[in-house]
Amino acid sequence: MSSSTETTRQHEAWEPGLTRVPFWVYQDDAVRRAEQEKIFQGPVWNYLCLEHELANTGDFRTSFVGDMPVIAVRAEDGSIRAFENRCAHRGALIAFEDGGNVSEFHCVYHAWRYDLGGNLKSVAFRRGVNGKGGMAESFCLEEHGPRKLRTATIGGLVFGTLSADTPPLEEYLGPAISAKIRRVLHKTPEIIGRFTQPMPNNWKLYAENVKDTYHASLLHLFFTTFRITRFSQAGGITISDDGAHHASATYAQLETKDTIYKDEAIRSDNDAFRLADPSMLDPVDEFGDGIQLQILTVFPTLVLQQTHNSIAVRHFVPRGTDAMDLHWTYLGFADDTPELRKRRLKQANLVGPAGFVSMEDGCIGGFVQRGAMAAAEERSVVEMGGAEAKTTDTRATETAVRGFWQVYRRLMGI
Amino acid sequence: MNSPELLFRLAALNTDYANTIDADRLEDWPGFFLEACLYKITTAENEKRGYAAGVVYADSRAMLADRIAALRQANIYERHSYRHIIGMPSIRSAEAGVVAAETPFLIVRTMRDGKMDLFAAGLYRDRVSQEPGGLRFAERIVVCDSPRFDTLVAIPF
Repeated sequence: MSSSTETTRQHEAWEPGLTRVPFWVYQDDAVRRAEQEKIFQGPVWNYLCLEHELANTGDFRTSFVGDMPVIAVRAEDGSIRAFENRCAHRGALIAFEDGGNVSEFHCVYHAWRYDLGGNLKSVAFRRGVNGKGGMAESFCLEEHGPRKLRTATIGGLVFGTLSADTPPLEEYLGPAISAKIRRVLHKTPEIIGRFTQPMPNNWKLYAENVKDTYHASLLHLFFTTFRITRFSQAGGITISDDGAHHASATYAQLETKDTIYKDEAIRSDNDAFRLADPSMLDPVDEFGDGIQLQILTVFPTLVLQQTHNSIAVRHFVPRGTDAMDLHWTYLGFADDTPELRKRRLKQANLVGPAGFVSMEDGCIGGFVQRGAMAAAEERSVVEMGGAEAKTTDTRATETAVRGFWQVYRRLMGI
Repeated sequence: MNSPELLFRLAALNTDYANTIDADRLEDWPGFFLEACLYKITTAENEKRGYAAGVVYADSRAMLADRIAALRQANIYERHSYRHIIGMPSIRSAEAGVVAAETPFLIVRTMRDGKMDLFAAGLYRDRVSQEPGGLRFAERIVVCDSPRFDTLVAIPF
């Protein structure tokens, strides 16, 4: 049996640094398998669900940590527990709904029962029937059960980790990213919509895409066409110390006379294009700090998005080397006025699978996956804005993408 | 009011609607709606839970026109087309010039390279207004059976 490192040795060595990425990392199934152990089950906090979805004892949600199906549940003592969604008996899913409310879990296959902490409580016909059959006397319930995750929350986001080495959540995030999560999720959220967007690409291509501020107004022409965000607008990128997490910000200072795009002869400049109904682009500064857009990532698979008044959590789940699911949860707050809620519904047109400024992200990863199909040993170039992964006051940079590779290479040991 | 004629007119409306989108006459698509209207693409799950957001949400004909303008001028996507197969409307009520109907649909998506997928299936939940110029949608809620929207949604449902 070949280990992942043996398999990756078939590739040409990945030169040190953050500015070149070999395409085999998006293609090789050995890499995908190694990621399960070293990334998702490694020293990271994986997003699981919203605390709001686990309001009452027994409320649960099912999710994924890499390939691993998991259950997050509110236990009797008020804590949030999470465990692998795999029966200790034959490996069947313990819960196969997206969520619900239960007093305990039982596997449908042979009715093995688990409490809300994922502890095996009973085995059907353990003593057999009429003195025949049954489990051996030595069978110990406590020795069997699905793997458990530690959980932690910030701003109502529930995270889980399988590794004992993962630092406390806020230490993992760092103070800057923690503050920017709390900035958006500062009161009780309310779910206003859920959608899933399958994408034909490796999960890392989406992880990079969402950290790539360079592409934002070049691929997504809607915003630039309507002069909503430009590189000439004030903004910047905050990167956590290890590069893992980022938050980009764009401030609401519109410069109408800039010529950056005209000088570059970029096709997105079109003065003639105006909305017939601009009510969609009538945001209010609900956070009181002038930040119009904040896109935040928590390594490995969470995005917290504030696009004007459209707030969403995006969770991406790998589905093999060349596919992933992006789960969108659109949020409002419980105390939204009807006017603000209507704004959120209208501004949701900007994001999601049909989003004016996000639909391209649905196909662009697939274009890379297909374009680089025969280029496993070639490298992509991630050199915009230098070679480091540091906080910066410009968005014309790939600094956050380099941050992703910095933590990825460290964890994977490649 | 639940007459064969009304049923026929609704079916004809849906046929025109489908042909307009499938033949890429998207600029004519907003004309099927009243000036103040509601067009939303959502899912059965969101409807069941009372989640109001859609992947597309427009409350005016102008917003629908803006979406088409954006598709033509700003958005980037691989060339593809739809084939709508729209079932027989089920009339729920018809009073004061407004008909409430539910109509099942299928959308097959054909990509540039010929790859075909069953892209969406669901129910149009409509409120149709009888206007002097013909029937217009006051409301068309596109309730998709699946929560999954593969790759991207550019062309309207």
